[in-house]
Amino acid sequence: MPKDNETIDAQPRKKLVQVKHLKQYFNPGKPNEVKAIDDISFDIYEGETFGLVGESGSGKSTTGRSIIRLYKPTSGEILFNGKDISKIKHRDMLEFRREMQMIFQDPYASLNPRMKVKDIIAEGLDVHHLVKNDQERDARVNELLNLVGLSHDHATRYPHEFSGGQRQRIGIARALAVQPRFIIADEPISALDVSIQAQVVNLLREIQQEQNLTYLFIAHDLSMVKYISDRIAVMHNGRLMELSTADEVYNHPLHPYTKSLLSAVPLPDPMYERSRRRKDYDSSIEFDGKPRTLK
Amino acid sequence: MAEQTNQIKLNKNSFNKVGANDVDEQEKISAPSLTFLQDAIRRLKKNKAAIISLWLLVIIIMISIISIWWTPSDPNAQHVAYANLPPKIANGIPGFTGKASVGGEIVDKYAQANVPKGTYYVLGTDYLGRDLFSRLMKGVALSLLIGMLATLFDLVIGIPYGIISGWKGGRTDTIMQRIIEIISSIPNLVVVILMLLLFTPGLGSIVVAMGITGWITMARLVRAETLTLKSQEYVLAARTLGESSFKIAIKHLIPNLSSTIIIQTMFSIPTAIFFEAFLSFIGIGIPAPNASLGTLLSDGQKTFRFLPYQMWYPAAAISIIMIAFNLLADGLRDAFDPKASE
Amino acid sequence: MEKILDVKNLKINFSTFAGQVQAIRDVSFHLNKGETLAIVGESGSGKSVTVRSIMALLANNAHIDGGEIDFKGQDILKMSPREIEKIRGNDISMIFQDPMTSLDPTMPIGKQVAEPLLIHGSMNHANAMARAEEVLKLVGIDNAKNRMKDYPHQFSGGQRQRIVIAIAIVNYPEILLADEPTTALDVTIQAQIIDLMKDLQHKIGTSIIFITHDLGVVAGIADRVAVMYAGKIIEYGTVDEIFYDPKHPYTWGLLNSMPTLDTSSKRLYAIPGTPPNLLDPPAGDAFAPRNPYTMEIDHEAMPPFFKVTDTHYAATWLLHPDAPQVDPPLAIKKRQAEYRELLASGQIGSHKAKEVDQNA
Ligand SMILES: Nc1ncnc2c1ncn2[C@@H]1O[C@H](COP(=O)(O)OP(=O)(O)OP(=O)(O)O)[C@@H](O)[C@H]1O
Ligand SMILES: Nc1ncnc2c1ncn2[C@@H]1O[C@H](COP(=O)(O)OP(=O)(O)OP(=O)(O)O)[C@@H](O)[C@H]1O
Ligand SMILES: [Mg+2]
Ligand SMILES: [Mg+2]
Repeated sequence: MPKDNETIDAQPRKKLVQVKHLKQYFNPGKPNEVKAIDDISFDIYEGETFGLVGESGSGKSTTGRSIIRLYKPTSGEILFNGKDISKIKHRDMLEFRREMQMIFQDPYASLNPRMKVKDIIAEGLDVHHLVKNDQERDARVNELLNLVGLSHDHATRYPHEFSGGQRQRIGIARALAVQPRFIIADEPISALDVSIQAQVVNLLREIQQEQNLTYLFIAHDLSMVKYISDRIAVMHNGRLMELSTADEVYNHPLHPYTKSLLSAVPLPDPMYERSRRRKDYDSSIEFDGKPRTLK
Repeated sequence: MAEQTNQIKLNKNSFNKVGANDVDEQEKISAPSLTFLQDAIRRLKKNKAAIISLWLLVIIIMISIISIWWTPSDPNAQHVAYANLPPKIANGIPGFTGKASVGGEIVDKYAQANVPKGTYYVLGTDYLGRDLFSRLMKGVALSLLIGMLATLFDLVIGIPYGIISGWKGGRTDTIMQRIIEIISSIPNLVVVILMLLLFTPGLGSIVVAMGITGWITMARLVRAETLTLKSQEYVLAARTLGESSFKIAIKHLIPNLSSTIIIQTMFSIPTAIFFEAFLSFIGIGIPAPNASLGTLLSDGQKTFRFLPYQMWYPAAAISIIMIAFNLLADGLRDAFDPKASE
Repeated sequence: MEKILDVKNLKINFSTFAGQVQAIRDVSFHLNKGETLAIVGESGSGKSVTVRSIMALLANNAHIDGGEIDFKGQDILKMSPREIEKIRGNDISMIFQDPMTSLDPTMPIGKQVAEPLLIHGSMNHANAMARAEEVLKLVGIDNAKNRMKDYPHQFSGGQRQRIVIAIAIVNYPEILLADEPTTALDVTIQAQIIDLMKDLQHKIGTSIIFITHDLGVVAGIADRVAVMYAGKIIEYGTVDEIFYDPKHPYTWGLLNSMPTLDTSSKRLYAIPGTPPNLLDPPAGDAFAPRNPYTMEIDHEAMPPFFKVTDTHYAATWLLHPDAPQVDPPLAIKKRQAEYRELLASGQIGSHKAKEVDQNA
């Protein structure tokens, strides 16, 4: 039965990220205005995996990119570790860039094709002066390659020589190089084959346990999100529809949109599929003029 | 598809379990490591026309470099007595015998002009008796120099302009694009004529005039490419790592722009050469007595009906240079575009 | 059951700079009338090349090195380009992966849907437009009559994919080849498209070859399944046989690496490593280096197909009578147990829907 946030967090945990009434409009005031995010609020606790699901264009990537300050929000505020990220001074910006990292969706577009793997991974090390000399740099790169299950002789190769899953692991190594506390993973597995997806998900979980990382895990594959997340937020048309623990969202969905989304997830089980009844969602009920808030 | 009878010899060890290969072996890449550049060169090598063009250009450039210190004879020295001699080389293969037909009769022009034995003009002489081969060497060198200098403007102005415009976006981009539109709406020729009013005609003013307008195509191409690169995830990744804009331009943008830049350069060099030839041809380019392909063509054209060799050789030279650059540029474009490779 | 398409021992190579890519290495399968055959396999396993060869739409650097594709007693591989054109878009049609690029942005959609009818000269213009409208209604485009004059950009991604399907079925083809028609779409729209295809098959009796790498989609749409790996089919059978009683370790791995809704927080099973390079495929079983059950013979010889049932075959040495009995992964054993139960209770085969409550 639906629990509210208080009961879920029996012992108060530290809020690492707080998103408050975030709005992100593109081309505001112009005819082609897009309300990519329209007033959303949520918190991410330290050490948890927060899943964000929703259909294409619902504003998931935009949310992630606003949190990591690739976009400037139209309104609302985002607190990281208690500090408003839009007010970070230039001096402290580098530190913020070290603590928060991102893993991208497209394993083919997220690595510079003209750079060697070791230079890709060491980019953050160089920016933040985390290593003193080349020897230390190579040693750290090898350590990171090991961590993501690749070998030393991959360091001098170029991205196009790797498969999708291997590339994605290089992207993870690049993010881990600066020892972040919080990682935004924007659909890190949706471009990968089934047989490779599990490799990447397992890796993400292992390093989370080892390094006490917090994740914002964006995806549209609901079964994978359920598997990896502690809490899940469902997004639609730039708004949050439902936010609860992973089990609650799956087993007792409250919002009709969530129900519709769940009823569409195909499962590798022919008996279940034969009996599946799709529930359609009529988005017009959102536009009845009544203000909505998450309960 | 019934069960196949298997003729494979099975022994008692055949069904021993060995399990999966260990992880390192599975992740091994056996193919030799090729950089993007090596890959592009390999593709370029398959393109015969481009490779021939490349060698031709290398030879032409070498000869031009040599001409700085050495030419068969002084290209500007006049021997009025030896004017309009046809081409002649020692063994006198057809076309290079030093003979010409005058009124239907074949006469040895060299004998007529009392040229001492052992003196040959490989491509003949012009109306002032200047050695055309030396002039052609100098002319090609000058034309190439102009092409290179004009391209330098392309690189120095066009690339930073395009990158800044595309990267900054918003207002900056709009203003910079308006400026480009204004400049590009003025015809080149008008700019050159204005420059000639201000400065003395010559190498400097031609290069400056071409420089002022020439970088626009490069800037536009670089801007368009920057706009797409800007939203590439590896550039976003660099931003989230805290890399500065300048470093991003150096590490991520320029290497990925390089193929666009190289190809555009290969196209803009012959354009500049041709533009200089055009200016010299209509008489507002390189002033006499200096030789450039344009002045050679212009001189040759005056006597083309009677002494066609005076125009043929410079015309052939400029054609070869233009075609070679264009074929090479095409080849490079195919080599750099992986999609066209298969 | 009547075979409508029979592919035998197909071998296809591509010549590239790096050498010969052996994309299809001896593939045989057939399609029965009125059924849906799903081909699953990971990226690069040769799914697209297989169906493109049926339409004679291979790239220029492809060489067909052997095999037959029998359609109505004729070998498609031996047909002249004119004969193939007669079949293409008429008897056999194809749906491509990307709905954005398979429509012409400059032509109204009504005309695009009617085009195959006009090309094949089977109808005059007025009749063709009437059929186009009918088919657009069939694929669920609301207000089809008025929307015939609209251009592709005026439709959503899901609607565009419906229009692509409409073009493919407007001639009521006997065979529909669908190459990942839902991969670019959202789950919700994907579910709609799959329902639509099932519905259409019911109405016009087309046989479908459906390519995907999503096992969930396969479970929903297929009657029979062929699993491809590194240019070969390694297992095929009815959908129930493949999902509840798989025999090949690769199929085990695929099914095992998908989290189900009740997978708890323990590690997911991951197939280690990456697929082999088809420039130089291994001599034995191509899956051997990644297979925890590999035996010596797997590295030496390619396994032949072993018969499991009349409809179910798998190419793995584990099925050889002399091979040791191995324990499949736990999740697979669970599936097998479930299957035996279902067989015993007679629920399988009847296709009767069992009510599974989503919210239970
Ligand atoms: N730079 C931009 N300019 C204008 N509109 C944008 C921009 N980026 C995103 N949008 C729009 O904002 C909306 C939300 O986009 P977003 O990328 O966040 O969706 P998403 O949920 O990540 O979808 P997907 O699953 O397809 O990645 C979309 O309608 C998109 O077209
Ligand atoms: N034109 C081509 N030239 C060279 N190799 C090719 C060509 N087309 C396909 N291949 C190769 O053939 C193999 C099979 O490709 P195919 O497109 O059938 O894979 P697929 O199973 O459809 O994968 P995906 O799920 O990514 O669509 C791959 O290794 C691919 O690289
Ligand atoms: Mg996104
Ligand atoms: Mg494919």
